[in-house]
Amino acid sequence: MLEHLIPVLAGTLGAATPLIFAGLGELVAERTGVINLGVEGMMLIGAIAGFAAAADSGGGALAGLPAGAVAGMLAALVFAVLSLSMAANQAACGLALTIFGVGLSAFIGQHYVSFSLPGLQPLDIPGLVDIPVIGRILFHQDPVTYLGLITFVIVWWVLRKTRLGLLLKAVGEAPDAAHAIGYPVIAIRYGATLFGGAMAGIAGAYLSTVYTPLWVQNMVAGRGWIAIALVVFATWNPTRLLLGAWLFGGVTILQFHAQGLGIALPVQFLAALPYLATVVVLVLISRDKRLLQLNLPASLGKPWMP
Amino acid sequence: MPLLEPRSTPSAQMRLLSPLIAIGLTLAVGSVLFLALGKNPVEAFTVFFVQPLSSGNGWSELMVKAGPLILIAQGLAIGFRARIYNIGAEGQLIVGALAGGGVAIALDGVDAWWVLPLMVVAGAIGGALWGAVPALLKTRFNAEETLTTLMLTYIASFTLSYMVNGPWRDPEGMNFPQSIMFGDPALFSPWFEGMRVNASILIAAVASIAFWIFTSRSFLAYQLTVGGLAPAAARYAGFSAQRTVWVSLVLSGLTAGIAGVGEVAGPVGQLNLNISPGYGFAAIIVAYLGRLNAVGIVLAGLLMALLYLGGEAAQVALQLPAAITGLFQGMLLFFLLGTDVFVDYRLKPRPKPAYA
Amino acid sequence: MSIPPPPFSGPPTGMPRLELSGITKRYPSVVANDGINLKVGPGEIHAVLGENGAGKSTLMKIIYGAVQADAGQIQWNGREVVVANPAEARRLGIGMVFQHFSLFETLSVVENIALALDEPFDLKALAIRVKEVSTRYGLPLDPDRLVHSLSVGERQRVEIVRCLLQQPQLLILDEPTSVLTPQAVQKLFETLRRLAAEGVSILYISHKLHEIQSLCHSATVMRGGKVTGTATPSRETPASLARMMIGRELPVCEVPAYTGIATPALTVNRLSLVPDDPFGTRLQDIELEVHRGEILGIAGISGNGQAELLAALSGETTGAAEAVKLVGLPVGHLDAGRRRKHGLAFVPEERLGRGAVPSMSLADNATLTAQRQGLVKKGFLRPKAAWDFAKRCIERFDVRCGGPGAAARSLSGGNLQKFIVGREIMQQPIAMVVAQPTWGVDVGAAAFLRQTLIDLSRQGVAILVISEELEELFEICDRIAVLAEGRLGPAVPKAETNAEKIGMQMSGLFAPADKEPAHAAA
Repeated sequence: MLEHLIPVLAGTLGAATPLIFAGLGELVAERTGVINLGVEGMMLIGAIAGFAAAADSGGGALAGLPAGAVAGMLAALVFAVLSLSMAANQAACGLALTIFGVGLSAFIGQHYVSFSLPGLQPLDIPGLVDIPVIGRILFHQDPVTYLGLITFVIVWWVLRKTRLGLLLKAVGEAPDAAHAIGYPVIAIRYGATLFGGAMAGIAGAYLSTVYTPLWVQNMVAGRGWIAIALVVFATWNPTRLLLGAWLFGGVTILQFHAQGLGIALPVQFLAALPYLATVVVLVLISRDKRLLQLNLPASLGKPWMP
Repeated sequence: MPLLEPRSTPSAQMRLLSPLIAIGLTLAVGSVLFLALGKNPVEAFTVFFVQPLSSGNGWSELMVKAGPLILIAQGLAIGFRARIYNIGAEGQLIVGALAGGGVAIALDGVDAWWVLPLMVVAGAIGGALWGAVPALLKTRFNAEETLTTLMLTYIASFTLSYMVNGPWRDPEGMNFPQSIMFGDPALFSPWFEGMRVNASILIAAVASIAFWIFTSRSFLAYQLTVGGLAPAAARYAGFSAQRTVWVSLVLSGLTAGIAGVGEVAGPVGQLNLNISPGYGFAAIIVAYLGRLNAVGIVLAGLLMALLYLGGEAAQVALQLPAAITGLFQGMLLFFLLGTDVFVDYRLKPRPKPAYA
Repeated sequence: MSIPPPPFSGPPTGMPRLELSGITKRYPSVVANDGINLKVGPGEIHAVLGENGAGKSTLMKIIYGAVQADAGQIQWNGREVVVANPAEARRLGIGMVFQHFSLFETLSVVENIALALDEPFDLKALAIRVKEVSTRYGLPLDPDRLVHSLSVGERQRVEIVRCLLQQPQLLILDEPTSVLTPQAVQKLFETLRRLAAEGVSILYISHKLHEIQSLCHSATVMRGGKVTGTATPSRETPASLARMMIGRELPVCEVPAYTGIATPALTVNRLSLVPDDPFGTRLQDIELEVHRGEILGIAGISGNGQAELLAALSGETTGAAEAVKLVGLPVGHLDAGRRRKHGLAFVPEERLGRGAVPSMSLADNATLTAQRQGLVKKGFLRPKAAWDFAKRCIERFDVRCGGPGAAARSLSGGNLQKFIVGREIMQQPIAMVVAQPTWGVDVGAAAFLRQTLIDLSRQGVAILVISEELEELFEICDRIAVLAEGRLGPAVPKAETNAEKIGMQMSGLFAPADKEPAHAAA
């Protein structure tokens, strides 16, 4: 059993990586009161941009991730101009971004359909990788997975320990008050939204250049939406987001190891499992209205102008 | 310094102009795109918007595509007025198709007039039930309908995949993931020889009239609108928020379900993995482009159908990827949201220099 | 209770701390400030007096850098300055205590203060300083408490301490007493006098005449965006100040006696409620009875259960059927619409977004609650009937607007309130609940609204008014009860009580002795 379980757990970390990036980005944006339902679109745009950069430059994933970040940020910029500067409905703008991202990535991606990329070799952390069982699970991962964990630590630290973290929370809770004491609310929200875009872009580029290293239309397959759900599940807390991402990583990876683990269910059922789990998790967390309200950034989704 | 300031009264003029400006901007950016791809914009637009309508079959295809778009968008618009964001119409369409298709498969060989109506009813119920699930989750457990409707879409499409790969797979279909072809009693028969337009378009037409009366005249639609514009005012007036959720999601599920039957009992003729080219998502744009207004939605649905046809034509005539349709759809929605801002806001006059 | 202020001992020949000349600010529809001149010396407590919409708040925001003037000059300690933003104002030594506090509920006291200080981020060191300063000025605060757990008075202390930590030379207070009990007002005044004695200049914005008389050395009076005069408040009478403020005599309501039979119309029995909102207030055993022909006032500071009580009365939250009765009929389980059908009308404090849909026309807003007046038939709207209803309402209640087709948000606060009150009255209610009837309304409209309520009650309608303005309650009510920390005190005839007694109850003194969290922190 153990020899089957080790690849499942190790694979879980990789499958969780895009959710960690996209989820952290969305979490930061939502902390400032901006709900961006365009994560799926930004991930797709990041995925195709990353793939194109990796394939055309020959630089592989190393070129793909920064390209994905920039593309995701540009996509978020469109959203920000509409929803922050022009105070358009955030939900509709996010939806538009997703629809646009699906279209744009499919359009550009047509050109890259038959390409494949080398991907990234796992990076063994010297010493640690030799720890029995744990070593093969935790310390034999691709470099981007480590980067995701580092990003988590940084985001956690900034939100918990710094004045910037306090400010992000303050803007999300009461933009009027933040404005009254002299903070540039719109600029701060722009920053958080663009950060969210960059993170989603990296998540997408990871999928297309490292995780599956090839381009498939709509390859993000709802992970952007799951990331949004994870932020709710995490009640805007980065540590819970990390745990949630691992949980979903595990559920996602299950279908590839079902046979080995002796699970005899239709493949479609296993493939649908992450989406089903999202619904279940949302229901479990949302039914406690008080818990949500205590943690919900009070201005979330509400347009604000000075 | 913000560049916009609120208008004291929303501009009725801008409300009508906004979609036209958005279409114009989309065409303008489209021209640039065509130029960048080395195509002549005039020729490209001819291929896109004129060529598809230059034959009888073209008009037939326009109706075939506009029908489901309009039908779904009418239902979605009810919810959008109430700010209930059902973005899973695609899933409700699939479940409607599964329910209707299930009836067709079960009654294969039965030659009776009631087979097709039964399919439509089954599809309506299937779609409505799939819409009722997020309604229940929202009213009972407070779960965000945007996320649940979309997740249920993925679940619906895996269910479809399971059914056409497993229990309902055509035994003589060479292992393709598809059901048997439906018999004539389970199909809308085409009106004209060699064209695909059929009576299902009438369902969209009747629904459009019904929705027009409903939205413009009924007190229930008024309550939904108030719920969307000012939830606190709806509570103050005593309008039920729960009913708003149920009506919005069940009604939009129902229309999407019927649209699903229209596809499998119409142009597709069976259950397979390609029963919808994203109608459920495109209908979101149709609803907004049509101002959430029943008449507007008919016009917007025709335009969006033309965009689909144009995309197909461009693929053949210009060797452009069909995905260009999706790109145009996204741009159109973006521009629309941008121009819509000017319904409630106007540009601020340039501030006079201080200390003048 | 009006103690004359100590003589102003500022340097008469010295340079003013702040001098404004010709400050002008135009908005699209209104000139908020028109050539304002104003001078404040060191250690001077200077009142800026004017009714709602006179332009006081805009002027203060200009001084604090939150709004930029179109024209005019600001001299600070004799030097011309441009206050580009609040951070700049703080650097100059200008502090501001906002009317609607600029605090973040889910952050702690010290975190809130840290966000407004331009200094290295060290919460531990700051907490110690907060304690020091707050004790020194008699404003006890626990730096680690979350703001949402503080009373309104304590929140104001946070704002003041936040300013004091920056050693301001000028402190601006915008309507600071609207959220305080009469006793807390006296405490605040002590603190302000002490600050003034230390040389801090204070700009005190208010429309409450007796407060200004007891606190301020000098006053600038504004009306319609212009300065209409300056005065030494202790040498004026309330009437003379009021004339400067509104340009005519203060309107007085006529309160005739009720000649009908005073039977109970609205009864609340043992109403207890745990709010959905985690930051809300729990209602405990509320009992009250409003009779036909009377106005019952509920005094108290917002945040003590007012919102929850209103929602429970209106039907926006429902509970046990017997908890609320309308002429003996249990309605506690019915939603707002069904209660209205049984003769309960309700005017909420938020006019835009609750009492009316901002972007809808007045005609459409008539249908919001008056649907049973023939505006809806068999589930279908009757636009013509709604239009006529709105038109009648506009005429009868003197609503100044562009007609029934005007969007609700295009009306001024006073006119929209007249429309909403009128809409509810035209449904011939048995009982009517009104929250903050004259909030943000000009004096003329306020007098009209108060008289309208009195007249309505004398026609046999039972009226419950919830208001933060004690003076208003004493003017229009027959009996007054106090709501504090979710408990309601006994309703006492107006003649048997006074502002001081009410103030004691507002501090929660009628409740068990452990009910004063304000001092728990010290």
